Amino acid sequence: MTDLLTIEGLTKAYPGVRANDDVSFTVGEGEVHALLGENGAGKSTLVKIIYGLVKPDSGRMTLRGAPYEPTEPRSARAAGVAMVFQHFSLFEALNVAENVALGMEDPPPQRQLAARIRAVSENYGLPLDPSRMVGDLSAGERQRVEIIRCLLQDPKLLIMDEPTSVLTPQEVEILFETLRKLSEEGTAILYISHKLEEIRALCDNATILRLGKVVDSCDPREKSAAELAEMMVGTVLHNPNRQPAEPGEIVLDVSGLSVKPSTPFGKTLKNLHFTVRAGEVLGIGGVAGNGQDELLAALSGEVLADANAIRLNGQPIGQLGPNARRRLAMLSAPEERMGHAAAPDMSLTENALLTGAIRENLVNRGVVKWPAARAFAKRIIEGFDVRTPGPDNMARALSGGNLQKFVIGREVLQRPDILVVNQPTWGVDASAAAAIRQALLDLASAGAAVIVISQDLDELMEVSDRFAALNEGRLSEARPTRALSLEEIGLMMGGAHGMEVAHVAG
Amino acid sequence: MAVVLTMIAGGILFAVLGNDPLVAIRTIFWDPLFGEFAFYYRPQLLVKGAPLILIAIGLSLGFRAGIWNIGAEGQYIVGAICGAAVGLAFYPLQSVFVFPLMVLSGALGGMAWAMVPALLKVRFGTNEILVSLMLVYVAENLLAAMALGPLRNPDGMGFPGSRNLAQYESADSWIAEAAGLHWGVVAAVLAAICAHLLLKRHILGFQIRLTGQSRRAARFAGVRPNALVLFCLGLSGALAGLAGLFEVAGPSGQISIDFNSGYGFTAIIVAFLGRLHPLGIVLGGLLLALTYIGGEIAQSQLGLPAAAIQAFQGMLLFFLLGVDVLTNYRIRIGRTETA
Repeated sequence: MTDLLTIEGLTKAYPGVRANDDVSFTVGEGEVHALLGENGAGKSTLVKIIYGLVKPDSGRMTLRGAPYEPTEPRSARAAGVAMVFQHFSLFEALNVAENVALGMEDPPPQRQLAARIRAVSENYGLPLDPSRMVGDLSAGERQRVEIIRCLLQDPKLLIMDEPTSVLTPQEVEILFETLRKLSEEGTAILYISHKLEEIRALCDNATILRLGKVVDSCDPREKSAAELAEMMVGTVLHNPNRQPAEPGEIVLDVSGLSVKPSTPFGKTLKNLHFTVRAGEVLGIGGVAGNGQDELLAALSGEVLADANAIRLNGQPIGQLGPNARRRLAMLSAPEERMGHAAAPDMSLTENALLTGAIRENLVNRGVVKWPAARAFAKRIIEGFDVRTPGPDNMARALSGGNLQKFVIGREVLQRPDILVVNQPTWGVDASAAAAIRQALLDLASAGAAVIVISQDLDELMEVSDRFAALNEGRLSEARPTRALSLEEIGLMMGGAHGMEVAHVAG
Repeated sequence: MAVVLTMIAGGILFAVLGNDPLVAIRTIFWDPLFGEFAFYYRPQLLVKGAPLILIAIGLSLGFRAGIWNIGAEGQYIVGAICGAAVGLAFYPLQSVFVFPLMVLSGALGGMAWAMVPALLKVRFGTNEILVSLMLVYVAENLLAAMALGPLRNPDGMGFPGSRNLAQYESADSWIAEAAGLHWGVVAAVLAAICAHLLLKRHILGFQIRLTGQSRRAARFAGVRPNALVLFCLGLSGALAGLAGLFEVAGPSGQISIDFNSGYGFTAIIVAFLGRLHPLGIVLGGLLLALTYIGGEIAQSQLGLPAAAIQAFQGMLLFFLLGVDVLTNYRIRIGRTETA
């Protein structure tokens, strides 16, 4: 295998942190190369440098032997480097072909482009109708739009940033088929992930980053997932554990919950039924955009439902707002930390008040008891190992993981009877994620009911007693997690969104 | 910084208009405070500042929550009409209850006028900026109709305008005219203190600030957005109405066709000049009051047109916002880099 991209001594420092520190590695022609590391290890900065979005402070890159110094994504694309981002940059109100055309230097006429999209999509087993609205597509289909947009440029190196976080297991399998075919045809793939099993299944080589430095490289097929994890984190991770408690009384009884969406491309919740018992963790899986946000809003009280659709300890609460539900010990933590669960430009004390006002008794006849709020914030910071100078710091100044620990800690410390969390460890490094999962399990062991909505299947397998999946606003029946195979879970999540008919040509 | 820039640009404007810029600036900013007739102008600072501060305090609460009441001028007019009408209805009865009743109806009048955009927004999702602004023009015509019709002074020999309330003892808002002190000044100080306490200590103030930061977080924290719209618009309307009432019952004395003098719009500048902080608004109100007084002097002594003074005040807001943008963002020429 000849070398396609060589990176030598790449360094990029931001104020206070060296995102990349003397990084060197090589990607061969047609190789599937994994870039492995925790959040904050410097993977994103590194690929942004390769894609010309960020200028390195020092270091050299060569592409097929020639010096490669992209100053902007356009020159990277011209050199044959394409990238599929973790977060899609698509316009929901335009159709597939129009979206693809928007990313091109000089797009051909729509009809011609549509034909090319169809050709590429059939060639690589990525069925996609160029005339469909992007707003109507599933996350997996949207990703296909991004991939096809890249493939139309005929790249030599395709960078994929956490591509499977929005896919069902079946969709992941189909994506891997596509990537393997691309690799056989000589396209190199730089694959970024922290999901070890995927990397073992797909990649020829792995470079492991920790705190901005290359700490190791290996052939992932020869290592176990545990060995890879150890290289990535630097220490041995211990899995969360729990003492299984006898499930108690039914705490929350949801029957016939239907909610209309509040945004044009939101999902309608259709006739949801489930119950949660005291001491039990119910995991709700599903691909992003299938109604998770709407479900959390309906359970937190931000969106009201029929009074009897949600019952807490037998009492109808569907018509109660967030604070009334907090009074009844039903708490929640939404997915979006900045601007939903917490206000970024307010101090941690003020953010502690945000949901703690009622249960922590922080308000006396409308007058805020600031010293008490500050003490509560301090308790969260100490109890959940939130790394920050103090409760007067702004929420914005905290890293994602630390703020998430604060948000979860804030609810856990308020002694809920039932806690609903959405994506509790999204974008959080491995050790913080373990701490958050442990806190949720401890809460359940202490007799609270917990609902974990998440797109991370590994997480749900680890923490939940029963598992249900959201698909197109409908919830599957909840089944005991232990008895489920990955295959079955994938089918509960809606299979591969019509991809069963897909076939890889040739 | 913004004030200095305004002085420079204003100076250029005045120079173009054919005046010595230094003299003009001195006339506006220096003479009212330390000039020959300062003994007369200094009390005027309170008279002009009080309505500005009172209105701006109310507006600032809404602005912090992202609720934009641009129609304080109209609420000011309607408050004055309602308050004056109550006072005139009792004329010539002398009683201690007349003035408090006028205060109440002035506040209610302003609040009712502000409730129109508030209810339309809550019920039909209309834009409060447009509705409140358009209601200013309705209020102006209402004012003219009142001055010519029902509220016209029966002893006024057909001239438009109501009786002079300042000469009707029970309805007079002056405490000490020579010092420029009337009940509006007291109300402005009280409003500033209350607003400060509300924002710092009260859960409602927290909710207002939270809503301004992030509507979703506010909703999650249990804030009812519609209730907040009603509260913020209602309160700012009531304060604007009060300002109008105190003005009509004191410094102005009567309802006349052109009773309003732009306080409701200038208060928007005051609110931003004070960074939406109650204390800052007090200082900003006094500064803008200074430009009002200095502007009048400049008009009479230098023959500057009134429009030039308004342009000057407008420049202040423009530079203030401009400087804000430039301190928070950096201008880059060319393509943007996403890092």
